[in-house]
Amino acid sequence: MLAADIGLTIGSLDLSVELEVDRGEVLALLGPNGAGKTTALRALAGLEQLDRGSIVLAGTVLDDPTTPTFVPPADRPVGVVFQDYLLFPHLSVLDNVAFGPRCRGVPKTTAEITARRWVDSVGLGSLAGSRPAELSGGQAQRAALARALAADPQLLLLDEPLAALDAGTRSTVRRDLKRHLDQFDGATVLITHDPLDALALADRVVVLEAGRVTQAGTLADVTTRPRTPYVAELLGVNLLRGHGSDHTVVVSDDGVRSDVTVAVGGPVDGDTLALIRPNAVSLHRSPPDTSARNQWRCTIDGFDLLGDRVRVRLTGPVDLVAEITPESVSRLGLIEGAEVWASVKATEIATYSA
Amino acid sequence: MLAAAAVAVAFFALPLLGLIRDASWSTFLADLSTPDSLSALRLSLICSLSATGLSVLFGMPLAWVLARVRFPGRALVRGLVLLPLVLPPVVGGVALLTAFSRRGLLGEHLYDWFGVQLTFSTAGVVLAEAFVALPFFVITVEAGLRSMDRRYEEAATTLGARPFTVFRRVTLPMVAPSMIAGAVLSWARALGEFGATITFAGNIVGRTQTLPLAIYQELVTDPDVAVALSLVLLAVSLTVIVSMRDRWLGAS
Repeated sequence: MLAADIGLTIGSLDLSVELEVDRGEVLALLGPNGAGKTTALRALAGLEQLDRGSIVLAGTVLDDPTTPTFVPPADRPVGVVFQDYLLFPHLSVLDNVAFGPRCRGVPKTTAEITARRWVDSVGLGSLAGSRPAELSGGQAQRAALARALAADPQLLLLDEPLAALDAGTRSTVRRDLKRHLDQFDGATVLITHDPLDALALADRVVVLEAGRVTQAGTLADVTTRPRTPYVAELLGVNLLRGHGSDHTVVVSDDGVRSDVTVAVGGPVDGDTLALIRPNAVSLHRSPPDTSARNQWRCTIDGFDLLGDRVRVRLTGPVDLVAEITPESVSRLGLIEGAEVWASVKATEIATYSA
Repeated sequence: MLAAAAVAVAFFALPLLGLIRDASWSTFLADLSTPDSLSALRLSLICSLSATGLSVLFGMPLAWVLARVRFPGRALVRGLVLLPLVLPPVVGGVALLTAFSRRGLLGEHLYDWFGVQLTFSTAGVVLAEAFVALPFFVITVEAGLRSMDRRYEEAATTLGARPFTVFRRVTLPMVAPSMIAGAVLSWARALGEFGATITFAGNIVGRTQTLPLAIYQELVTDPDVAVALSLVLLAVSLTVIVSMRDRWLGAS
C-alpha cells in the first residue's frame, strides 16, 4: 500500500531508506538518535521534500522529484502522532480531534459527532471539554492518536509514541495503542528506539543507522539474527563478526583480522556473524576445567542488574556480556576489575553469514 | 551601588509624588468636566483607539511577513518599521507633513482627487498616532510569532489545514497574548502622543486637541486642569503596567 524510496540530504544526514508497508500492517522504524528516523517520517508526511526516490501511497504518487510531483501535507491522507503530541493548547480535546475533519470540509456538527466517537473510543469521553494542559501524558497520547485517526488517514505515522511516558503508564498506553493499530486498516509506520515497542506493536522492523537500512525483516529474523552491533546491543546479545572456515571463526574488527579464534558448532565459510547469548557465557575464577572449547581470560568492566539476573560486562580478547545469577556473583566473589575466565561451548554459538 | 540605585528610584518617584501633591482634589472632577477637558478626553479616546485599530489591522500582516517570509531587504523593512520608535516625534510630524499635507507627496493627490485633507483634521491625529504606535505592535507580535513553536502549524497542515486556516485557527490564537500586549502597548503610546500630533494635525480644540495637547495648553492658563488631566493619563499608564505585569515585571 505504501511504497517509499526516501532519499534526501539535510545537513550532515544523508538519508536513503526504502519502505514497503501493506494495508493493515505496522512497520517499526528502529534506530539510534540521529539515524534519520524522524526525517523519514517528515518526508512521508510531506513536511520535507525528497531529493531522490519517490513516495507512492495507495497508487497515488505523493512525491517524486523526477516528474516532479509533490503533494503538500494538507492534501495527503496521512495522519501523524508527533513525539510530544503537539495538541493545540487553545482548543479542547474535542476541538483538537475535530480539527482534521473540519479542515477536510466536514460540516461542524458532523465533524463533532466524528470527533466525539474517536474521543470515546480512546477512552477520553469524560475529558472531551478539557484543554490539553489538563491532560496527563498518557491521556495526551490518546488524544493525539484520536486526532490523527479522526482525519481518516490511509497512512498513520507515529513518532516515538511512548517515549514521553513514564514506565507505569507506558505499558497500558502501549496495550491500548496496539488495540487501535489492530483496528486501523491503513498502513502504519512507527518510529521507535525501543525494541520493546517494536516487539509489542509492529509486524516488521526496519533498522536505520546513520541514514541507511542495516537490517530489515520480521521481528523473529531480527532478534534471532542481529546483523549490527547496534541491534545486538538493543537485544542485549554478543555479536562477533569474522571470517569463517570449517568450524572456526577468526574474529576481525572492521576487516582487520585479530588472532582470536572462536570455535563454533556448525561448519562455516566466508564472512560470518557469531551470536553468543549472554546466558551461554560461564564465568570461572581459574582456568576452567570444562569441555567448552572457547576460553578467554577477561577483566570485569562492570555489572548491570536485569530482573533477577546480573549482566557482567567483560573486556578481553573479545568483549562479552555474561548473564549469571546474583548467587554466582557472590560465590565467585566477582568485583569490578577482577580477572575471570569466560567459557562458551561451541555448540551454543549461532552462526550465519554476514 | 545601593545609594545610586536609591537616587534613581527617587528620580522616578518624586515627579509622581509632586503630581499627586499639586492636584487640586476639591476641584478635581470640575477640572475634568470643563468643555475643553471633556472634548480632549473624548478625542483622545477615539483617536487612540482608532490608531490602535489601524496598528492591529496593518501591523498583524506586517509582523507575520517579517517573522515568516524570507525576502531580500527584510532587515531594511524592519529597520524602517522600527524607525518611529527612536525618531523624535516632532520629526515624525514634519515627515508626515511632507507626505500627507496638501502639498505632500501623497497628500496632494488625496486632495486633488478625493478632496481629502488630513492635516488639521481628526483623521490626521489618528494618522500621527498610528505612525508612532504601529512599531510597538509589530515588534511585540513579531517576537511572539518567532518564539512560537512552528511544529503546531506543521501538525495543523498534516490534518489538512490550508495556509489561511493554519493562520486563523492555530497561529492567531497562539500569538493572541502577544497581540493583546502589543495592542495595549501601542494604545498607551498613541494616547500619550504629542510631538507628531501637534506638528502634523495642529492644536484645534474639539478637532485635534488630544489630552497631551490640552495638558500642555492648560499648564499656562489653568494649571489645576493640567494636573488633573495628567493624573488621568498617569492612572491609565499604571493600569497598563499592572495589567501587563506578568509579561513585563516577571514573576520574581
